[in-house]
Amino acid sequence: MPADTDSTTTLSESESKRLLASFGVPIAEERLAPDPDAAAEAAEAIGFPVVVKLNGDNIAHKTERGLVRLDLGDADAVRRAGADLLGLATAEDGEVALLVAPLVRGSRELIAGLATDPQFGITVMLGVGGILAEAIGDVVLRMVPIDRIDADDMIDDLATQALLAEFRGEPPVDRDALAAVLLGLSAAAEADPRIVSADLNPLIVSDGRPIAVDALVEVRD
Amino acid sequence: MPTLDQFRALFEPRGVVVAGASTHPGKFGFVSLHNLLSAGYQGKVFATNLAGEEVLGIQTVPSVLDIPEGEADLVFVCTPSAANPQLLRDCASRGITAAFITSAGYGEAGDEGRAAEEELVALAEELGMLIAGPNGQGVVSTPVGLCAQIVAPNPPAGRIGVASQSGNFVSSFMNFGVASGIGFSRGISAGNAAMTTVADYLEYYGQDPATAVGLAYVEGLTDGRGFLERLRGVTAHKPVVVVKGGATSGGQRAAASHTGSLATDDRVFDGACRQAGITRAKTIDEAFDAAASFATQPLPRGNRVVVLTTAGGWGVVTADAIAQTSLELITLPEDLLAQIDTKLPPRWSRNNPVDLAGGETRDTIPEVMAMVAEHPDVDAIIYLGLGIQSNQAKLMRTGSFYPDHGLERIVDYHERQDARFAQAAAEISERTGKPILTATELAVADPENAGPATVRATGRMCYPTSHRAVTALDHMWRYARFRSRRAG
Repeated sequence: MPADTDSTTTLSESESKRLLASFGVPIAEERLAPDPDAAAEAAEAIGFPVVVKLNGDNIAHKTERGLVRLDLGDADAVRRAGADLLGLATAEDGEVALLVAPLVRGSRELIAGLATDPQFGITVMLGVGGILAEAIGDVVLRMVPIDRIDADDMIDDLATQALLAEFRGEPPVDRDALAAVLLGLSAAAEADPRIVSADLNPLIVSDGRPIAVDALVEVRD
Repeated sequence: MPTLDQFRALFEPRGVVVAGASTHPGKFGFVSLHNLLSAGYQGKVFATNLAGEEVLGIQTVPSVLDIPEGEADLVFVCTPSAANPQLLRDCASRGITAAFITSAGYGEAGDEGRAAEEELVALAEELGMLIAGPNGQGVVSTPVGLCAQIVAPNPPAGRIGVASQSGNFVSSFMNFGVASGIGFSRGISAGNAAMTTVADYLEYYGQDPATAVGLAYVEGLTDGRGFLERLRGVTAHKPVVVVKGGATSGGQRAAASHTGSLATDDRVFDGACRQAGITRAKTIDEAFDAAASFATQPLPRGNRVVVLTTAGGWGVVTADAIAQTSLELITLPEDLLAQIDTKLPPRWSRNNPVDLAGGETRDTIPEVMAMVAEHPDVDAIIYLGLGIQSNQAKLMRTGSFYPDHGLERIVDYHERQDARFAQAAAEISERTGKPILTATELAVADPENAGPATVRATGRMCYPTSHRAVTALDHMWRYARFRSRRAG
């Protein structure tokens, strides 16, 4: 079914993450805070440094709008960032809150997701992420549902295999964990036919383990 | 989906009627009857012609109703589209259950044509008749000597079953077959595929004992997922090779105007093929090579390859080609090295590629080939250098000194040797159940050379370059791996 003939809604980042995490997709721990003080408290609990983002149902392009604050080292920094972000919210954003998450470090970024093709229906996608992702165009896709053999094949089919091996002092990518991301996406799409697309971008490889630090799920109304 | 009985009527008819036979050698109604008769079809041949003229020695009749009942299963339709509904009714009354329709003026010809096509399909369903086409080039079935086509060629008999959305690619594949000696079991152009689609034919080939591998050209798919799901049922027990037009946006624009299909991201099609165990080839020659290999070589049990060569450079380039694939150029095991040492002078490569370095005596090549093939750590061999001796022999035979100066004897010896080597490759492959692919440009540069000629005589393909052999073997290994992983 072509996605463009239906009207769709994008879930908020935290709702998107909750949905995908329930199918085993590894998501960085995070908390929602209504105000800057609560955000600072959440950051203390998570441990510094943290990331603070503005979260809301109608917010899709956070980075473009400057709604992400990275590498905040203490409670004061979190409070200041939180106040800033709330000030940037517009009426169209609807109900907003502050999303606090640990800063996930890793020099490698992947992308993974779900996409609907007019011929083949919903598909699982894995690709090389980062700022050069589009230029590199190293992406593999499979029809939902996939099994572990398909997931392993997808990982093997990426052209940039060097990125999956030991890299700049970081261990090789944990293939079981990466397969679990793909299988989780497939399971989510199978279980919830409302899903039209999903984006885990980036999927940061931290200490060899892929962790989604951002997620957006688009559902059919 | 047509029934097995209907497919039998199409591919193994007891008799064929050419409807609309013509006395004019430029018309389809003449050419198809000519091809049918010339190819040595084993069943009865009838033809209709409004004037009841004699064509190519066949006394035509004005109507299908003049043909005895139960003697023909297939009608090959060259009549104008307006005449076809009555024709099909008449055919059904004579017990005919399959029709190949070459007539144009259907789905490809605007709204009116589309309506006519829908009516034709509804009528065929009512009559219990299979329709191939319309607007197709023809059907080939070598087990019964059937070549009912409005174009050449008549391919050699073999085990490839081809189905194509574009009739000219049936011809292309079969021309490769004529050139390489690798034959076909069945071949059909789906034309507008009004009732019977490429997936239908491939599913039939999956059940057809005469066919070892399906080969298809597709352009537009109206239901990609359905197509792949159906082919998955075939690849579970038989390989299917697909080449798809419209992989780029430029190609997609061309395909949309040709077959009216929806564009899809090529990477999705690629991934779906991987999931379904379909061998996807980038080009027509790559597709043919893969199908020819599936049809004539045993499936490899692993990816460990040894290259056997009589010259260094060929081996190096082949090693490079292997490095780009899922195949592995293995390090030679110690015991195999020691075995080969007993057959070659010390200057041989002692490495993979096994470069015989010109150290061969009369029996070296077959002996070393057998040692390598029999080793449990080796899954496949690529053999290079066949035909060099016969190439020199040709120059000697056609030169001004022949047959004096001992030339007659050496020419004979060279040609015998290359023939032996080619035979050894086939015999050792059969005995060990491991693929041995022979590659030399002489396959196309001089097909009559005793080397490639003997490879063809053993029923195998002589690959024109080692790169093509490597690519074909890679496809075979990927499919073998799919089968072993998906077993049970």
